[in-house]
Amino acid sequence: MSRLNRNRLEAGGLIDRARPLDFVFDGHRYHGYAGDTLASALLANGVRLVGRSFKYHRPRGIFSAGAEEPNALVELRADARREPNSRATVTELFDGLEATSQNRWPSLGLDLLSLNRFLAPFLGAGFYYKTFMWPAAFWEKLYEPVIRRAAGLGRAAREADPDHYEKATAFCDVLVIGAGPAGLMAALAAGRSGARVILADEDFLPGGRLNTMAGEVHGQPAAAFAAHVAAELASLPNVRLMTRTTVFGVYDGGTYGALERVADHLAVPAPFQPRQRLWRIVARRALLAAGATERPIVFGGNDRPGVMLAGAVGTYVQRHAVLPGRHVALFANNDGAWREMLDAAATGANVETVVDVRPNVAPELVEAARARGIRVFTEARVIATQGRTLRSFDVLSPGGRERLAADTLAVSGGWSPCVHLTCHHGGKPAWNEALAAFVPGATPPGLAVAGAANGTFGLGAALREGAGKGAEAAGALGFPVPPLDVPQVEDAPFALTPFWHVGESRGPAFVDLQNDVTAKDVGIAHAEGFRSVEHLKRYTTLGMATDQGRTSNVTGLAIMASLTGASIPETGTTIFRPPYSPVALGALAGHHRGKDFRPVRLTPTHEWARAQGAVFVETGAWLRAQYFPRKGERDWLETVSREVKAVRASVGLIDVSTFGKIDLQGPDAGTLLDRVYINTFSTLAVGKARYGVMLREDGFVMDDGTTARVAPEHYVMTTTTANAAKVYQHLEFCLQVLWPELDVSLASVSEQWAQIAIAGPRSRQVLAKIVDTGVDVTNEGLPFMGAVEARVMGGVEARLFRLSFSGELGYEIAVPARSGAALAEALMQAGEEFAITPYGVEALGVMRIEKGHVSGNELSGQTTARDLGLGRMASTKKDYIGRVMASRPGLVDPARPCLAGFRPVNGSSRLRAGAHFLPLGARPETANDEGYMTSVAYSPHLGHWIGLGLIVRGPERIGERVRAYDPVRGEEFEVEICAPGFIDPEGERLRG
Amino acid sequence: MRIPCPYCGARDAHEFAYLGDATLTRPDPAAADAADRFHDYVYLRDNPAGRHQEWWYHANGCRQWLRLTRDTRTHAIEAAEPARRDATQADMPGAAS
Ligand SMILES: [Zn+2]
Repeated sequence: MSRLNRNRLEAGGLIDRARPLDFVFDGHRYHGYAGDTLASALLANGVRLVGRSFKYHRPRGIFSAGAEEPNALVELRADARREPNSRATVTELFDGLEATSQNRWPSLGLDLLSLNRFLAPFLGAGFYYKTFMWPAAFWEKLYEPVIRRAAGLGRAAREADPDHYEKATAFCDVLVIGAGPAGLMAALAAGRSGARVILADEDFLPGGRLNTMAGEVHGQPAAAFAAHVAAELASLPNVRLMTRTTVFGVYDGGTYGALERVADHLAVPAPFQPRQRLWRIVARRALLAAGATERPIVFGGNDRPGVMLAGAVGTYVQRHAVLPGRHVALFANNDGAWREMLDAAATGANVETVVDVRPNVAPELVEAARARGIRVFTEARVIATQGRTLRSFDVLSPGGRERLAADTLAVSGGWSPCVHLTCHHGGKPAWNEALAAFVPGATPPGLAVAGAANGTFGLGAALREGAGKGAEAAGALGFPVPPLDVPQVEDAPFALTPFWHVGESRGPAFVDLQNDVTAKDVGIAHAEGFRSVEHLKRYTTLGMATDQGRTSNVTGLAIMASLTGASIPETGTTIFRPPYSPVALGALAGHHRGKDFRPVRLTPTHEWARAQGAVFVETGAWLRAQYFPRKGERDWLETVSREVKAVRASVGLIDVSTFGKIDLQGPDAGTLLDRVYINTFSTLAVGKARYGVMLREDGFVMDDGTTARVAPEHYVMTTTTANAAKVYQHLEFCLQVLWPELDVSLASVSEQWAQIAIAGPRSRQVLAKIVDTGVDVTNEGLPFMGAVEARVMGGVEARLFRLSFSGELGYEIAVPARSGAALAEALMQAGEEFAITPYGVEALGVMRIEKGHVSGNELSGQTTARDLGLGRMASTKKDYIGRVMASRPGLVDPARPCLAGFRPVNGSSRLRAGAHFLPLGARPETANDEGYMTSVAYSPHLGHWIGLGLIVRGPERIGERVRAYDPVRGEEFEVEICAPGFIDPEGERLRG
Repeated sequence: MRIPCPYCGARDAHEFAYLGDATLTRPDPAAADAADRFHDYVYLRDNPAGRHQEWWYHANGCRQWLRLTRDTRTHAIEAAEPARRDATQADMPGAAS
């Protein structure tokens, strides 16, 4: 198979020649090896054209060997797993990998849309803004659709993502970000001290630069040294080495976001494994050792496939044993790139030409190059390139202009430290004149920087700095750090002359390869006054593509600086924000998708209700029985009506466990309740319950419910299902913050008690059958609003409340949650002779509307107790939360909409919640709005629809007719205002 | 953000509920100008850039209300004290309010 890898060296590299891998690119089958990236494998197979550019559809090749890649973006995998804009340079090769070039039509070789280059004058800097200046209709109908089709990136999958994503949290003393020379030494120093260390690297192989360089460290090949250190780290129980893990963000309090690609190097994730795992890493100290990114020089035709960063050429040669081409040339402004090329030549690359912008280059480098037969041009520039993929380039030197053959042109304009994470708390990078690079400025608390990320470019210096800062981090946390034998490496002096853009360029010279922004575009932005870096970015889109301008930001800034005559730091810096690398939304969502977005809680009787054939509905955080259909029933309305009639005629039961239940104990429990409810509870007799309303401090109703006094210093409060947590939090606030002198203890017992309501004229007879001997449930023993502790079902502790939401004689029986299902069964059995009927929340809702009780629709947060007809409950003898604010003029205005009942005038209309009330004959305008319908139901008792609503001066207008106007559904009907109790207004059924 | 709960140790901010300004005191409801004072208490808030005292409730933890001293610009937390300790100190003679 290696014969097909025509650009593969016979030996060397960090690939496993014993593990060949098959892959497909654009339908063609190729071979690579374990240890390859998709990019290295494509180059090994001689594939140089891999994509088309964003705007102009120009042919593009592989430009880098890492995360900074602007060009080689592919659609990876197929169908539901298709992922666009995957960087071939960081895609680990696996057997069966399928990739497709993107942004070309109909094929990569023949792209008809490359015609876009003739449209180039219209697509240049600011084209979005300028096009907007044309008639708006043109934009919407013509330009935008055309541009969207022509410009763009890959296609997202159309099906749902079949993979799983996980979230996890880790804690450590020292987090080391990047496992290159500095990171490895830092992790080793901290790890040997006993500190808990996490070392994370986005690569699948730890080592960073050590894996891509020639030469030895510590008497062994650099990569072997890296492997040796990694092996020791892996063996330390207090060190966690996380490969394929990108730390993408720095958050508050030493929290770091990281993405672990668990299965991206496999065709599909292993069974029960996630594709990716999102980590929240909490670190006491962190060290950024993320290295540096090489930057190009901008010249005419610099986007042609075959033009590649010099370091990338070195990486492919040394790490992957791949020759990116047969005829290699270098265009550079620094010594490091020369050494990179000399090493590549020594390893087997055919380096033929070196072009350096500097007039004077270290003589030993020039001699070494000439000794290899390399032609050297100093004080020279590359001004143009030729070929569909690179065939030749033009050099302008003091000796004149010359065309030279090359299929690979390595470029190096220097290095930019990866300072991204240091900016995540707003820190600004600082310009270092000597390095001609931005180095870290102020860093987030607890984060230090080492190695090339800190501008420490020499290998020996990086190793020393890593070891030192790793030791410092562990030492500062109190760990004893043993001395570390840091490998001695001689660093050559850093020699670079800043050079950004070849002014003599022929043909488009690209600054931002991914967004197709040229040096000319930067010039246009300058000419049109968009000179600050933030304007430059937005006007030209420079640096705003998925690569976030890793290879273009500094160059763009430098070109702008040269146009304005200001220095680079005066021109601006770029601030980086999280995430450092794109993070899939699936990873951020984790398991919270579909039905798991918000898990529902099940009631204690859930299985019982299911066996009864219940249809369930989500109410707040709970799944509750909505209704219990029976065979032959046509629709839910028929079912619900049957359930309501059964309750009113005999008896029914419903699980009401979802109500919040709060246990209050202590000598001041009554006082606390007096201060949070508008009515009084301290005077409530033991063994009785009372309905209460509580307000927010702003005077509006917060919640309602029944509270019982089960012992002199012991109350049990119920809250609405929706507000259980909120009310509990409110009570704790009152106790801990407002009135800490009160001696009360609170406990949330919502989940500890199952509670079932039975209602209907037969409910007492049913209850009597399940209570233990001696429990008196007669009208005298357990009167209306009675609350007693008792035993039921042969010794089960229980609380019995005589309460009613339905308006019928009713009880609520609370038992420990584990006995909830047994209680339902016992009640069904006891009620069999009365044809006891399970009912759901729909029937419950119908009956409370018939009875005129308010519920969530009326407790909207915008209603006062008075609005709801509950104003008379308010005590005038005490203060309570919300009292003062509830007496504001606007809240006691008699013209406020107040609760009333509504019935259709023609008897047969279906009422609609949300319909607004208008005086008869009034135009439907806000000025005429008198309120709205809050709840509606079909009343089987009355045989027509009924409603509750809030209407101006409602209680004073009983009998008046108004118009209910529902523009959403396009309906309107006449309704009559009535009292909000449609059934048993005197409450005789309750008390009987 | 990590909040150093005095009962539970440092915990992620997701476990907490935020209420706001902890320097406000509920006015005396019997005061002659109670209506005005309650208006200020309920609605008026400063929005300082810098040091801020605020109430946080450890909802998914010890269920205690904490008075945090936090820099709103950096999220650096200077102190996290239980609300009840505030109260005990306030009860002590000579305690500053
Ligand atoms: Zn806590």
